Amino acid sequence: MWWDMLGDKKYEGNVFFSSQRLRRLLFIFIALGFAFLIIVLAFNLFSKDKELIPSALIDKQVPEFSLKPLPGENIGFGSLDLRSGKVSIVNIFASWCAPCLIEHPFLMRLSRDYKINIYGINYKDDPQNTIQWLEKNGNPYTAIGADNNGRVSIDWGVYGIPESFIIDGSGMIRLKHIGPITESDLLEKFIPTIIELNQ
Amino acid sequence: MRHFLYNLYILFLSVGICSSFIFTAPKALEAFTPDKLLSDSILEERAQDLHEKLRCLVCQGQSIAESNAELARDLRMIVREQLFKGYSESEITNYLTDRYGDFILMDPPIKVTTYALWFGPLLALVIGLFIVYRVLRGSRGVKSSSNTPDRVTLSENDKRKLKALLENRPK
Repeated sequence: MWWDMLGDKKYEGNVFFSSQRLRRLLFIFIALGFAFLIIVLAFNLFSKDKELIPSALIDKQVPEFSLKPLPGENIGFGSLDLRSGKVSIVNIFASWCAPCLIEHPFLMRLSRDYKINIYGINYKDDPQNTIQWLEKNGNPYTAIGADNNGRVSIDWGVYGIPESFIIDGSGMIRLKHIGPITESDLLEKFIPTIIELNQ
Repeated sequence: MRHFLYNLYILFLSVGICSSFIFTAPKALEAFTPDKLLSDSILEERAQDLHEKLRCLVCQGQSIAESNAELARDLRMIVREQLFKGYSESEITNYLTDRYGDFILMDPPIKVTTYALWFGPLLALVIGLFIVYRVLRGSRGVKSSSNTPDRVTLSENDKRKLKALLENRPK
């Protein structure tokens, strides 16, 4: 067998697979493997992909839940609102969350220019602060539910806010976005997905 | 560092246990607040074992037992709550993987997709040991090559052929 040639100096049978050649081959093989490993590691180190954690919820129905409105507001929302036949966005936010302010203008654009229903899950927030924050920055939300203890957010697999989901008309989760929505996310991810789902 | 934090955590837990004896009268119903221990010590032990096995998704390198992140506290509470309600360990991990995926488990589960991860290193070790064995055996020049004679006596005819070949070889 081929391994008889390994390290066997006296092997004289086949010149092409002489032990010296085989050793050189083995060396090249190991060197290539090592180079491959380095490239993969370097690629992972410098890649900017934020969504390291794949969502377990993609292409699943939205979790069953129902959230109360903020005090003084009329309507909260729940799973049923997300099965209305229209594409909608669920956004988890709080007034204390700085990155939420970064994505805020883009949520405003989605609701104003594209007429998308955006449902806000208000995560562990003081309702007074939320109301003030919305008065100051604008309110893109069709309805807001107060998730005071964060339990509904856990049902949504949320581990940091802001997070956003695109839901199709049947209540199926189609896209999860972790972190603030940037302009390129809006143009390259959100709008194309919404257009596709509306077809 | 990890050990130190763990000891600190144990210290806090023991302080917690003591203070819960001092300050709280026994209640008929368990009220769940973050990091309140279960009154049933066996159940509490099970809860803490499970905490060790669940990843804190905010910090990712730590289990929820070690993390101070708010989400970790909430998840610790959920584990205690569900154990108290009589759910089994596997029911609770299923509940969490349904929401957060397998990533929430500190040890990835053994599945077809993770076979390479679990058994790859073992396979590489076996192959490596095999190659080392062969090389060492070969270098000592035992048996495998003993039937190849060290010196070959050539006939006059062979010597002539060899000489002709050597002289005619391309420079």
